[in-house]
Amino acid sequence: MADDKHTPPEVDRLTGIATTGHEWDGIKELNTPLPRWWLWTFYATIIWAIGYMVFYPAIPLISSHTVGLLGHTNRAAVQVELAKLETQRTIQAAGLANASFEQIKANPDLNRIALARGKAAFGDNCMGCHGAGGMGFVGYPNLADDDWIWGGKPEQIQQTILHGIRWEQSTDTRVGNMPAFGRTGMLKRDEIAESVEYVRSLAGLDVEKSANLAKGKEVFAANCASCHGDEGKGNQELGAPSLTDAIWLYGNSRAAMTEGLVNGRAGAMPSWSGRLDPVTIKALTVYVGSLGGGQ
Amino acid sequence: MAATLPAPQLKITDLGAGIAFGALALLTLIIAGKTEYPAYAFHALVFAIASGWACFKVFDNATSRGPVAIPQEIGGKPNYNMGPVKFATIAAMFWGIAGFTVGLVIALQLAFPVFNFELPWISFGRLRPLHTSAVIFAFGGNVLLATSFYVVQKTSRARLAGDIAPWFVILGYNLFIVIAGTGYLLGITQGKEYAEPEWYADLWLTVVWVVYLLVFLATLWKRKEPHIYVANWFYLGFIVTIAVLHLGNNATIPVSIFSPKSYIVWSGVQDAMFQWWYGHNAVGFFLTAGFLGIMYYFIPKRAERPVYSYRLSIIHFWSLIFLYIWAGPHHLHYTALPDWAQTLGMTFSIMLWMPSWGGMINGLLTLSGAWDKLRTDPVLRMMVVSVAFYGMSTFEGPLMSIKAVNSLSHYTDWTIGHVHSGALGWVGYISFGAIYCLVPWLWNKKSLYSDRLVNWHFWISTLGIVLYITAMWVSGILQGLMWRAYTPLGFLEYSFIETVAAMKPFYVIRALGGGLFLAGALIMAYNLWMTVRGAPEAREASLGDALPATR
Repeated sequence: MADDKHTPPEVDRLTGIATTGHEWDGIKELNTPLPRWWLWTFYATIIWAIGYMVFYPAIPLISSHTVGLLGHTNRAAVQVELAKLETQRTIQAAGLANASFEQIKANPDLNRIALARGKAAFGDNCMGCHGAGGMGFVGYPNLADDDWIWGGKPEQIQQTILHGIRWEQSTDTRVGNMPAFGRTGMLKRDEIAESVEYVRSLAGLDVEKSANLAKGKEVFAANCASCHGDEGKGNQELGAPSLTDAIWLYGNSRAAMTEGLVNGRAGAMPSWSGRLDPVTIKALTVYVGSLGGGQ
Repeated sequence: MAATLPAPQLKITDLGAGIAFGALALLTLIIAGKTEYPAYAFHALVFAIASGWACFKVFDNATSRGPVAIPQEIGGKPNYNMGPVKFATIAAMFWGIAGFTVGLVIALQLAFPVFNFELPWISFGRLRPLHTSAVIFAFGGNVLLATSFYVVQKTSRARLAGDIAPWFVILGYNLFIVIAGTGYLLGITQGKEYAEPEWYADLWLTVVWVVYLLVFLATLWKRKEPHIYVANWFYLGFIVTIAVLHLGNNATIPVSIFSPKSYIVWSGVQDAMFQWWYGHNAVGFFLTAGFLGIMYYFIPKRAERPVYSYRLSIIHFWSLIFLYIWAGPHHLHYTALPDWAQTLGMTFSIMLWMPSWGGMINGLLTLSGAWDKLRTDPVLRMMVVSVAFYGMSTFEGPLMSIKAVNSLSHYTDWTIGHVHSGALGWVGYISFGAIYCLVPWLWNKKSLYSDRLVNWHFWISTLGIVLYITAMWVSGILQGLMWRAYTPLGFLEYSFIETVAAMKPFYVIRALGGGLFLAGALIMAYNLWMTVRGAPEAREASLGDALPATR
């Protein structure tokens, strides 16, 4: 059998090229030379690779490696780029650091820089909770409207960013709690239901026909008014939101309102002082104010 | 146990295998009883049942077979062992459809997170490794097992070595797949990409793989041909290198034999380097060398033309093998990996361009003189388009390894697009082509049930691939450009979440492309099923009769 495999190679009829004379399961091989362009391109890539290795760090040695003619390293290159950015930003920051919010507002150049810096910081740090454009989510306040829980003046916004809300690590954090009236037994089930209906009437929401609003008002006056005010207009000193408008942090369904009364509400926001530098926080304040609701 | 059996019929190999399986069954039963991890206990039970069954099967076969050994030749022709090949072919199709389906699910999860259904078992983080392992190792692996066992027999004119061993390889490998896949869903992973299975699955695979190597080598050893065919060089290169990679990247120390958890011995950047030495060469040797073996047999066979150039096959084989193994560091550009290693990763990737294209040239130009067959034979067309995708991906790969390009493409969807032009186009199509060839050959049918359905499969899935990769190219480059965009004032133009939002339309297009690819595979499965069932009336209507029987 093996003998007839070594007869002189036959020539392929279609291409005119000799085969190698081998055959496996009917498969033969042509003895075509390497394509020239293929070979020369292969050589070119090898020469290019050797050239690159001459110019850049490439060959490991016993305790170090060849550094290459250009003396390039990734770390040095990125340090240069970062230093350039740092210089540019430092020059800009110098103007912002000593300017008051009024001065920033009055100076178009400063304002532009503050907004650019604030926008970048907002994207990296705030958007995760407050959303793109600061439109907020359930439990995370909308920063683009003019309904402020802790105040919308620049100084108030800055204070919130610096120290956070209910953030235990910060001694100056904003504190104010919506108690768990239901869970702690301060209010009974029917009292909660009545106050929910009364609050709905304050906000102009639909109210159950059978609701005893007078009773609800009584409960409200005794338990809620101390923070939210007699008329439910809220109190920014205590972080108590207005209950008379159409903006509801946790939604305006009966279930959401009952949940708040039964278990309380205590959303937290981290303190950013220490994590962001003061100039960035100032820029962030200007940016948040510019979203639509700054006062 | 052995004493109760008629001694002359029981070979020493059967006895050894039977005792080994019995011991494994006992050990895994003990582990199942003692471990405090329910998922691990489940795996131990699966092992116990499988090895108990194998133990029974070995002794049962040995006693029922009688004293006569299985003949190596019948009537002067090799008595080929095609049972394991058939099993792996069916398994490949099954796992392929499962893997494509999971791919579609995770594509939908990326576009519409609601598809996570808030269930931990099918969350993206667990399904993603299930998808990659199912398509690479379950689908691709079974295609490689089936074709390598087929090709090595036919081109050596010899029956597969061993009687139990080939079945052990096929069934053992598929057991590994089941253990790996169910492990991901139950939360068992060692967290290394493409090497997620934990230590016990890795150990099992090592045993299976060594037996695979031995079966392949022993079959080559007893070949009746004077030379070893080029396809077998590639298969052998794939088997040997995968063994080395697997051992290197899975060097872990288990917490205890009763715990599924283990810790890798490498740390820090060495671990990263090992991981991508492994990861890149899983592409280079599993998805390239192995599938080039498929190409070297099935394309000349189907086209009935000689391989274009023997010399090219030698040069591109050895240059591919030598250069590929160095290219892994290009996955770690601009990381803690030392600069010199990054340089080597990049330069070796560039030098790899022509060795890769050597395979493409040999695949495409084997068609010289037979190009007209592309019009009439959709199976051959699928394999030729596969080689074209191979050429495209192996140009794109070196391009992306250039550091300046990589600084744009790295971590973006461009990488996903690149991988899928290779995976769907090259690996998928050459596998489909090989299976379309194999099924009529293995089940002794004149031709496929319907060439028209192959045509539908081809066009639907080609549209799917084009949608997939173009969506990912656009999305990836857009993503890369958005990440690096600075305002004139020196601040990042876009926040990360804005770049994510910009990806959404492309994620939807990608899911659509994946859906089409899956639809094509379902058409294929139906076609193969009908072929095996052998519906004679449809055979007359098919285009296949215009082709000479390629057997």
